[in-house]
Amino acid sequence: MTLALLQGAAPEIGYGTLYVYVGLFLLLIVGFVAATLVIARLIAPSRRSSRAKGQIYETGEVTVTDPWRPFPVRYYVFALLFLIFDVEAAFLYPWAVIYNESITQGMGLYMFVEVVIFVFILATGLAYAWKKGALKWV
Amino acid sequence: MGTVLQYLDQEPFRFLLSVGAILFLVLNLAAVFTMAERKTSAYIQLRYGPNRVGPRGLLQPAADVFKLFSKENLSPSRADLWIFLGAPIAMFIPAALVWLVVPFAPNAVIADLNVAIVFFIAVTSIGALGLIMAGYGSRSTFSLLGAMRGAAQMISYEVPLILSLLGVIMLSGSLSLVDVVNAQGGGFWHWYFLPQLPMFIVFYIAGIAEARRVPFDLPEGESEIVGGFMVEYSGMTWGLIQAAEFASMGLISAITATLFLGGWQPPIEALDFGNFNWIWFGLKTALLVFTFQWIRWSLPRLRMDQLMDFGWKILVPICLIWLFVTAGLMLLFPSVF
Repeated sequence: MTLALLQGAAPEIGYGTLYVYVGLFLLLIVGFVAATLVIARLIAPSRRSSRAKGQIYETGEVTVTDPWRPFPVRYYVFALLFLIFDVEAAFLYPWAVIYNESITQGMGLYMFVEVVIFVFILATGLAYAWKKGALKWV
Repeated sequence: MGTVLQYLDQEPFRFLLSVGAILFLVLNLAAVFTMAERKTSAYIQLRYGPNRVGPRGLLQPAADVFKLFSKENLSPSRADLWIFLGAPIAMFIPAALVWLVVPFAPNAVIADLNVAIVFFIAVTSIGALGLIMAGYGSRSTFSLLGAMRGAAQMISYEVPLILSLLGVIMLSGSLSLVDVVNAQGGGFWHWYFLPQLPMFIVFYIAGIAEARRVPFDLPEGESEIVGGFMVEYSGMTWGLIQAAEFASMGLISAITATLFLGGWQPPIEALDFGNFNWIWFGLKTALLVFTFQWIRWSLPRLRMDQLMDFGWKILVPICLIWLFVTAGLMLLFPSVF
C-alpha cells in the first residue's frame, strides 16, 4: 500500500461515511465487471448460431431429458440443522464480543453459565439428530 | 512535494487512492495466482510448467487474459439467460468486496467497519448463491449436479466457519479486523493461532471448502462432472468465475492471516518496519496461499457424504468444545488474556 507510507495517523472518518464507502466500492466493482463484459462482447467473435451449438454439454451424448425436473435433494435435514446453527451463531456473536469485558466487571461466571445452558440445549439437539440418523446420507 | 502528500492524505483522496490500489491488487490476484498455481503444481509433479511466454513464462497470465477476451461467448439455447449471465457477476462481486475491510498495514484499510467479521461472513456467503444461479440457469445436467453439491457444501461448512471465529472475538472483544490485529501485537506468541489452534485449523479447512478448492471442489469435480456448475460457460464469463475463485482463495488466506496470524504484526518486535509492515501481511498471506496449492496437489477429492459427515460430526463439535475451553480459561485466568 503506497498510502501507508504517507500517513502518520488514521484520519477520523464518520460512521455513516464508512457505509458510503462500501457503496462506492461496490459501484466501482460493478463498473469493472460491466466494462469487462462489454469489452469482451466487442472483441469476441460472434458466429452464426446453429441448433447443435446451442445444446448443453453432456460429454457428447444427446440430452434425453430436461434437467429442470423434480430432483431429490438428499440433504434437506442438514439444511434444517444449518438454519438452527446459523441462528445460534447470530446469538453467540454479541455474547462473545462482551465476554472479556464482563469478566473484568465481575459478571464472568454469570455469562459463562448462561452460554453453557444455551449451547447445551443446541448440542443436545445435534446429538439427538445424530442418534436418530438424521446426519446420515439417505 | 510535502504539501502534495498532505493533500493526498485528506479524505476523498485517501479513499480514491486506496480503492485504486486495492482494485488493482484484487484484479491482478487472479493472474498472479493462476501463474503461481501452475508453477507450484508443475514443481510438485516434477514438470516445468509454463515457460514459453516471456522470461520463465511470467507473461503467461497476460496471454491468457487476451485469449479469454477473444473467445466467443456461448450460452445454451434453452438456458435462463438472465440467471446464466448474472451468476458470474454474483460470484465475482462478493469476492472483491470483502477486501474493503482487510487491514493491509497500520492505518491502511479502506473502511474500518466495526462489524467487519460479520460483513466478511455475510458477503462471502453470497458467492454460494452465484454458484447455485450458475448451475440452475445453465439448464444442464452436470451444472445442476454441481449446484446441488455446492449447496450441500455451503450448508455444511458455513456453520464451522462461523463458530470457529468465536474464540478470536472473545479474546479481542471486537468485531473490527483492525482491533483484532492491534490486539495481537508484541511478538508471535501473542498471535491467536496459539491459544486458538483447533479453531484456526477448523477455520482454514472451512475456508478451503468456502473457496471450493481441492479436496472440497465437488461442485466443480472436473474428473467426474467435467466442471460442474461452470460447464456451460466460455470466454470472459468463464474468466470472471475463475477470477472470483482465485480472489476468494486470496481473501480466505488474507482473513486467516489477519485473524489468527497477527495480520501485519511482525513476528518479533525488532522487525517492526512501521508503515512497511504490509510486507509481513503479504508474506503470511502468500504462505497460506501456497498451503492452499500444496493441499490441492497432495490430497484427493472427498466423497459427498464423507464431506458432510466431516463438517457436522467433527468440525462443529470441535468448535463447540473449544468455545467452552476458551471461555473457561478466560474465566479462570483473567490476567493472562
